[in-house]
Amino acid sequence: MQYDLVAVLVFMVVGVALLAFILALSRLLQPRDPNPAKLTTYECGEQPVGPAWIQFNIRFYVMALVFVIFDVEVVFLFPWAVVFQKLGLFAFVEMMVFLGILLVGLAYVWRNGDIEWVKPLPGPAALEDEKGAR
Amino acid sequence: MSQTVVVDIVRIAVILGMFLGCVAYLVWVERKLLGHIQIRVGPKRVGPYGLLQPIADFVKLVSKEDLTPPNAHRALFRLAPAIALVPAILSIAVIPFGGTIRVLGREMPIGIADINVGLLYVFAMSSMGVFGIALAGWSSNNKYSLMGGLRSSAQLISYEVSLGLSVLGVVLLAGTFSLREIVAAQHPIPFVALQPVGFLLFLMASSAEIARIPFDLPEAETELVAGFHTEYSSMKFAMFFVAEYANLVTVSAMAVTLFLGGWNGPFLPGPIWFALKTAAMLFLFIWVRGTLPRYRYDQLMRFGWKFLLPVALLNLLVTALIVALSGGEG
Amino acid sequence: MNQIGFVLLSVLAVGSALSVILQRNPVMSALSLVVTIFSLALAFLSLGSSFVAVVQVIVYAGAVMVLFVFVIMLLDLGRREPFKLTGVGRKILGIAAVAAFLFQISASLSAVGVMGARPPEPLPPGYGTALAIGRSVFTDYVYPFEAASVLLLAAMVGALILAKRRI
Repeated sequence: MQYDLVAVLVFMVVGVALLAFILALSRLLQPRDPNPAKLTTYECGEQPVGPAWIQFNIRFYVMALVFVIFDVEVVFLFPWAVVFQKLGLFAFVEMMVFLGILLVGLAYVWRNGDIEWVKPLPGPAALEDEKGAR
Repeated sequence: MSQTVVVDIVRIAVILGMFLGCVAYLVWVERKLLGHIQIRVGPKRVGPYGLLQPIADFVKLVSKEDLTPPNAHRALFRLAPAIALVPAILSIAVIPFGGTIRVLGREMPIGIADINVGLLYVFAMSSMGVFGIALAGWSSNNKYSLMGGLRSSAQLISYEVSLGLSVLGVVLLAGTFSLREIVAAQHPIPFVALQPVGFLLFLMASSAEIARIPFDLPEAETELVAGFHTEYSSMKFAMFFVAEYANLVTVSAMAVTLFLGGWNGPFLPGPIWFALKTAAMLFLFIWVRGTLPRYRYDQLMRFGWKFLLPVALLNLLVTALIVALSGGEG
Repeated sequence: MNQIGFVLLSVLAVGSALSVILQRNPVMSALSLVVTIFSLALAFLSLGSSFVAVVQVIVYAGAVMVLFVFVIMLLDLGRREPFKLTGVGRKILGIAAVAAFLFQISASLSAVGVMGARPPEPLPPGYGTALAIGRSVFTDYVYPFEAASVLLLAAMVGALILAKRRI
């Protein structure tokens, strides 16, 4: 076990070293001749308009929130799956209760439309949000 | 002691070299196959059957000028490709390619390492991929990159939960996270026979995780130019490219390890079986790419959360119930 | 050997944690926090807790930090003027907080004894594996485990309601 960990660490070092070598090689070989037109941010050949760092749609945040909760749930499922054969039906009931409570959460986001990407526009407030995304 | 270290380094170098060679030639195979699927011939100019194409591509990418847009966040712009590539390569460290082999009088497993949380290690590495993409999109300060990066990261996190749930059926049956033990547990019957739904779920969720068609929205070129790597050129672009194909190879190898019995098989030696099965998986992925259209973004999200997630949960519960009622094996 | 590795990892963890609060760009801070989490995970690994190590990476680095990065991007904090500590009152508050922190550290260090003062007991076989953790969570700690699901549910609903108030 400990021995295998060392192998993984050696592997990490070898991998990173290889990467550094290729990057250095590329540094040596590549031409360096920048000019302003070459360096402009790509916007289909037009002059870029404004920065891209704008506030974007809140849907991405909601998605990430729901993901964190379910990810934690899956992490609880990992050890459960390993010991399941040892504990049997008892562990099954336990997990049913756990998942049952969390499924209320899934039902909640589902009903609320939080995992719906395209929503009907209820009013001007939603239109404001849409503008933020563009 | 020094002898074992040398053997280790040689072993790691051989595996890494073979892996990267695979990744390079996978690009050729994919272009060739896609060509034939679309009734073209694919690459044929460089070398016989275009076999030297990957080398030509590499030489070209290495010798190209590397541009950084002046408005970008320079440090992160440089870091992002490495954050995408390093975990992609590190994932193969725990995949068992075969049984054991005798080298210099020492019994050695074929593979780099076998840690008792191997499956979770691959998982942890794949969950790091989000950062490369999100940071590349953000640091470029380009509208296409930002939208592409955001969409990709939202896609990756939406399918990660289903991916985790889809492999849990296998863990339930094997009772371990060690990939070597999971393969050993499939000795007579591969888990695909016991977990057919799990296998399909794994294929769907992992296609989304590595952004393959029909889930290749990160590079929906018709709307996002090239998505998060629009501004990247030269080796930095190549790093994203290699990461993508490395992930494809890893996912295929994981599908073989978890569901198709790994290196188990009659007559032929283990590593050959492993290679054959992985090649078959890769062929399947390329075939799918040549056949299916792309999802729309809202369809992708609906599919992930409202279909894949509930079905994966249901599959897990049914598996658990069957295992519990049959009294388990332990 | 192991001890040297552990010290190096601790230095890395503390260094990157310092970088979290010293970086001016919030995205860089978030990345430094990822490095902190990684070094902590490796430290867990060196202590024989492989399961906790991987879960640390999956949950904290792979999920919570993604959420952080999303929030930073969402609020467009990337280009905002860095927060400045001004005013005498705030400075006094800061010094007081640091003093309290140092006191707590010295108190807990003197309680357990400085490193090496007491030889560590050998680990029981199977320590830190998923199997051992699963066994204790699903037999000895059933009620806390079930309570965790209620906590998660409350966290999700609460966060969503707060998020959907206009930011």
